[in-house]
Amino acid sequence: MSEQKIDQYRRDFFTKATTAAATGAIAPGVMLMSVGQAQARPLDEPVSNKNRWGLLVDSNKCSDGCNACVTACETENGWGSGSTDEQKSDPDQKAQWIRTVTLKNKLTGSEHQLPMMCQHCEEPPCTDVCPTGASFKRADGIVLVDKHICIGCRYCMMACPYKARSFIHEELNDQSPDVPRGKGTVESCTLCVHKIDRGDGTTACAEACKKDGHQAIMFGDLNDPNSEISITMKKHATTQIRADLNLNTGVRYRGI
Amino acid sequence: MKPVVHYSAIEGRSIAYWGLLGTFGLFLLLGLGAVWVMEHNGHYVTGMNNQVIWGLPHVFAVFMIIAASGILNVASIASVFGKKMYKPLSRLSALMAVAFLAGGLMVLMLDLGRPDRLVIAATYLNPKSVFAWNILLYPGFFGAVAVYIWFMMERRMNKYSHQIGLFAFVWRLLLTTGTGSIFGFVVARNGYDASILAPMFIIMSFGFGLAIYILSLMATCRWTGRELGDSVLRQLKNLLGVFIAAMFYFIFVFHLTSLYGTENHGFENFILADGGMFTQLFWIGWVLIGLVLPIAIVYHPSMSKSRTWIGIASAMVIIGGLASMYVIIIGGQVYPMPLFPGFEVSSSFGDGTIASYSPSIWELGLGIGGIALALAMTTFAIKVLPFIPNSLSDELMDPHYKPAEDVVEADAAETNAA
Repeated sequence: MSEQKIDQYRRDFFTKATTAAATGAIAPGVMLMSVGQAQARPLDEPVSNKNRWGLLVDSNKCSDGCNACVTACETENGWGSGSTDEQKSDPDQKAQWIRTVTLKNKLTGSEHQLPMMCQHCEEPPCTDVCPTGASFKRADGIVLVDKHICIGCRYCMMACPYKARSFIHEELNDQSPDVPRGKGTVESCTLCVHKIDRGDGTTACAEACKKDGHQAIMFGDLNDPNSEISITMKKHATTQIRADLNLNTGVRYRGI
Repeated sequence: MKPVVHYSAIEGRSIAYWGLLGTFGLFLLLGLGAVWVMEHNGHYVTGMNNQVIWGLPHVFAVFMIIAASGILNVASIASVFGKKMYKPLSRLSALMAVAFLAGGLMVLMLDLGRPDRLVIAATYLNPKSVFAWNILLYPGFFGAVAVYIWFMMERRMNKYSHQIGLFAFVWRLLLTTGTGSIFGFVVARNGYDASILAPMFIIMSFGFGLAIYILSLMATCRWTGRELGDSVLRQLKNLLGVFIAAMFYFIFVFHLTSLYGTENHGFENFILADGGMFTQLFWIGWVLIGLVLPIAIVYHPSMSKSRTWIGIASAMVIIGGLASMYVIIIGGQVYPMPLFPGFEVSSSFGDGTIASYSPSIWELGLGIGGIALALAMTTFAIKVLPFIPNSLSDELMDPHYKPAEDVVEADAAETNAA
């Protein structure tokens, strides 16, 4: 009886010791993977609605005259000053994925500025009207254009309440390998989808704004209650542009 | 025994005929040349930009597509509403409906950023898109009207022409509803977001279609030496008057509704009072030339009896129609979208300012090319198939026909009856 009991103790001890040792050896890897998974999804894993990527723009922090987010977007995505293309198009015809808009209160005269880009709506009017389904929303909330089936009808541009989209009026040759663009198709902010997919965990505009010390643009997962963006949005009042349309935008603002 | 209406293909051997067909062909070629320039270079050669996304080609295309369904109305009056006088007019009506839809679609498709991907529009359909509904409605219209023409021409199938006529009529109402809804469902823009646009487009299609039909019928009869009775023309122009009045009503209600809401005051002020060229196009082009003057002409005691004036009134409705499309389509885009109510906004992307648009020669060329295609198709088809009655004399057409001396009394009786 007692021998049997000792054997039982021994067996338990070995089991626990082995488990503990194994956990100790594997844990750092597991931890690394779980941290990484929040940002970088393995390429063979489909995008899921576990995440909803979005931006929070604090227009109080947006510095007058600063254009860092626009320049960073141009460089990252290869449009405007980030490319040698679109030389023949006039200024009204050139693509603009992000722009700074200056607002002057009609009553008080106070002025401030904020960046405008695709608002990555949950119910995007552009995808509703697109005849071929080229305009689509990924499971993680990013609204994109499939350049392979866009026929260039521009109906999405008519329907977008934010004027966020641009049509390409001429042949392009100087494109970024990560960012497909093409003559006769429509494009807009991709929320730096290529950066998100490779696990950078931010967008070019948010990165540039942070680097310049303004921190007016915050990128994050709106579905994760512990993300900085969710915590901030829970604490402070935020607004959607054209909230009356009930589109549940992925880009939210403070200070309008 | 009442004389029977006979149809025959026009001879079409004269220099004038080939000259006419050649002229349409030339304009069509010039239009295709414009397309080549636009597609080869990209849309930067056009006046369109990221603010005015749909330009002059859409003005022509939408005008022709809604006119196409309206032209079919003449045939519908005969087959659906049983008015015998319109029956001999039906074949040309159906033919021109197909031709104008083809012309309008040509313009629409060739203005795409990627017209080479047209097949994608047919193979990838997003069921929620109004455009995709239209992509299904267009071939349906072609098919229904083609069968309709066949049933009208083939004696054995004549007895079914009422049924197919009814089907085509319902389909054309759906088609114009679809066209109107392309704009009516755009909630983001002050100038579009209105469900009244769909029925308004239907009424406009009645007017534009009939005006085009009257002019074409007058020209065809005159150039082929076939008789066109006064009574026939009188009924058509009276109907045109009714359609113009109905258009006026819809435009009035559209703007009145819009004016009532404070949020639309800016846009209404732009179109009705302060919009420069758009205001002029609205009042002079659309209201005066397109509505007031033609309705005055068609009901004027003496002018309404003149064929020249009836022709002028019809041409005015067409000019007014193009002006109306310009005001609706371009005017709705140049006016800035209301992103930040209560703020004056400015940006590098035209926020808060009236956008500028000056159409290029290429866009005009494409639009005219579409009209040329429609007219060339019609001119060619009436030579190869019997679309036109040998005579449209009052004696043949009008069930109440009286010899010349009784006409005045008959007119008076008709007026009293009305």
